[in-house]
Amino acid sequence: MTTQFTSDVRAPAVASPQRTRSGISWWFIVAVIAVAATYIRAIYFTPLEAIQGPAQKIYYVHPTSAWVAFLAFGIVALASIGYLWLKDLKLDRVAESAAEVGVVFTSVTLVTGSLWGKPIWGTWWTWDARLTLTLFLWFIYVGYLVLRGAIEDREMRARYSAVLGILGALLIPFIHLSVYLFRTLHPMPIIGKPSRPSLPNEMLETFALAFVSFTILFIALFRARYRLAIERDALDAQERG
Amino acid sequence: MGPSTLGAALLIARKDLAIEFRTRTAFFSAAVFALLAIVIFFFAWDPTAVAGMDLAPGVLWVIFTFAGLLGLNRSFSVELADRAIDGLLGAPVRREAIYLGKALANVVFVGAVEAISIPAVALFYNTPFGGRWLAIAGVALLATIGLVAVGTLFSAMAVNTRLSELLLPMLSLPFFVPIVMPAAQATARLLSGRPVVEAANWLKILLAFDLVFVAACMMAFPFTVEE
Amino acid sequence: MTGAVERVSVASAGEPEVEARGLTRTFGGRRAVDGVDLSLAAGDCLALFGPNGAGKTTLLRMLAGLLKPSAGTARIGGVTLPGGEEVRAVVGLISHASMLYGALTARENVEFAARLHGVGDARRTALRMLERMRVLDRADTPVRSLSRGLQQRVSIARAMVHSPRVVLLDEPFSGLDAAGAAALTNALVELRTHGATLVLVTHNLGEGLEMASHAAVMQAGRFVRFEPCDELDTAAYAATYRELVTRGP
Repeated sequence: MTTQFTSDVRAPAVASPQRTRSGISWWFIVAVIAVAATYIRAIYFTPLEAIQGPAQKIYYVHPTSAWVAFLAFGIVALASIGYLWLKDLKLDRVAESAAEVGVVFTSVTLVTGSLWGKPIWGTWWTWDARLTLTLFLWFIYVGYLVLRGAIEDREMRARYSAVLGILGALLIPFIHLSVYLFRTLHPMPIIGKPSRPSLPNEMLETFALAFVSFTILFIALFRARYRLAIERDALDAQERG
Repeated sequence: MGPSTLGAALLIARKDLAIEFRTRTAFFSAAVFALLAIVIFFFAWDPTAVAGMDLAPGVLWVIFTFAGLLGLNRSFSVELADRAIDGLLGAPVRREAIYLGKALANVVFVGAVEAISIPAVALFYNTPFGGRWLAIAGVALLATIGLVAVGTLFSAMAVNTRLSELLLPMLSLPFFVPIVMPAAQATARLLSGRPVVEAANWLKILLAFDLVFVAACMMAFPFTVEE
Repeated sequence: MTGAVERVSVASAGEPEVEARGLTRTFGGRRAVDGVDLSLAAGDCLALFGPNGAGKTTLLRMLAGLLKPSAGTARIGGVTLPGGEEVRAVVGLISHASMLYGALTARENVEFAARLHGVGDARRTALRMLERMRVLDRADTPVRSLSRGLQQRVSIARAMVHSPRVVLLDEPFSGLDAAGAAALTNALVELRTHGATLVLVTHNLGEGLEMASHAAVMQAGRFVRFEPCDELDTAAYAATYRELVTRGP
């Protein structure tokens, strides 16, 4: 072994922050237009539902938010599996962003469900199977985000969140089954619910527009949040390094 | 090389129980908490509205989950003091053995709390268990396995975080619902003297939960201790 | 070691007992260990110096099989990292933390470690280790009632109970009184005569160089010096080391 005397010690390597685009994203513009169009159409150009009246209009927001909430969680679950397999932090940023946007849409689902339920069913809350499942989704999301907030170490945060994301996805079918079994025990009052397939065409079209516009909105919000995740990680790395 | 996975798990479980037996604080806390909670529920109850037999299963299972959480908390905190966990991780045993050992010890711990709570409920709520002790113990065992499987994993994670005492219940309780619901329903059937078969139907979801989550948590555990 | 189980190394004769090439470990973009090369034969003792935060503990934990390397290769006792259980069977780690269970007695702690490592006749081996570290008289005391120095001796007994072929020590002399330090030194010398390889992280240049066959200085994740001790002048080395450390990375 030769006696080495290295005077130039290399600076610790830091992952270079990815270029982030500034400026308004096209997705946002399209999303805003689409959502606005949906609302205008829903309020002015779609017929009033006979039994429920104006309150039914909120129903365009409710199942569409629910769809996005569960879509987001599906992304969280898949990204979690991906992270544990590949250990790529990009996947953890995807999960993190999907979760934060997802929890917002979950909250919107719960609130709109409640707002819709009051004039229609006369109560602010019912243990409707889908609503209950959404409530549990909300709890899982909140637990996921609180867990992330409680861990400083970047890798541990990613690993632990991934574990929770996967277990949460496994839980969902069990909750669904439990609620179903529970409800067969306690027959809830049968309330007339609008059976969606027999909606007139205009309502179906508005629904379709709502689903599409909310999905676009999700993508826009997700992309913004993802950019933020990249910048935050780069900043943390610089501070530490 | 080292002992087999099961052998190592038993060693670890015995070690955990030896520590618990030596200090006893966690067990006493959990047991006293359970008894107090049973009493408080009693005083919060209107006996003219609900019969003891109807109240008992719900009370029992709510208490099991909360007393269980107290016990699960201590499961990994004992490893963090002085980095004893490094001693476990440095041994030539599979990480799954550590999970299994901890879970086994937790089953004994939570089981012991349940063994105190069940007679207490029978006593305070005038709910004779008749000849159904064994069946109820069976339900309790199945449910405890599920509670402990999830709780052991989450306590391994929570202990490494800032908000460990808040996080453990926050993460675990949603997972406890598919356990507590069938367990309480089965217990209620058994207490009210219905045929055992009716209770057994509820056990199917409990069994499914146990199978899925014991496997999933055992597979997930190495990810919580690797670096 | 009298009566202890002889662990046979998988490394063939002539192959280095501890070997690393470009060993690296990153934590979220920061390289804690940045391309370390090293080679030690059986019976060697490497004294590893360096300022705090240089990556010495991270390096040790990788060699102990507790941390997976991010890049590079390493072989311990003939097993390639990360070797899982095989590596852990031949390595013993002693760190700042005692790794003991406070509520259990000294004997119970060491015996538990022995059983976990599959040591035959765990109880007797545990007692023998405690005796070697001069704590046999406190064998049945709960560890938390022992002073820090005595705890450390128990901790060392615990780490060596399975007669590891490679022993990694992270500042083991800190907190030890003269008797404890003497007991530790004797135990380490004995290990070496039986062919064990040591990596000793210490801030005490004198103690380190006295025991070691090789010396290295680590800074900012890299070895800035690595050489055999018989070529060293202790005073000159100490002066260079001080200068290196005060100048910083």
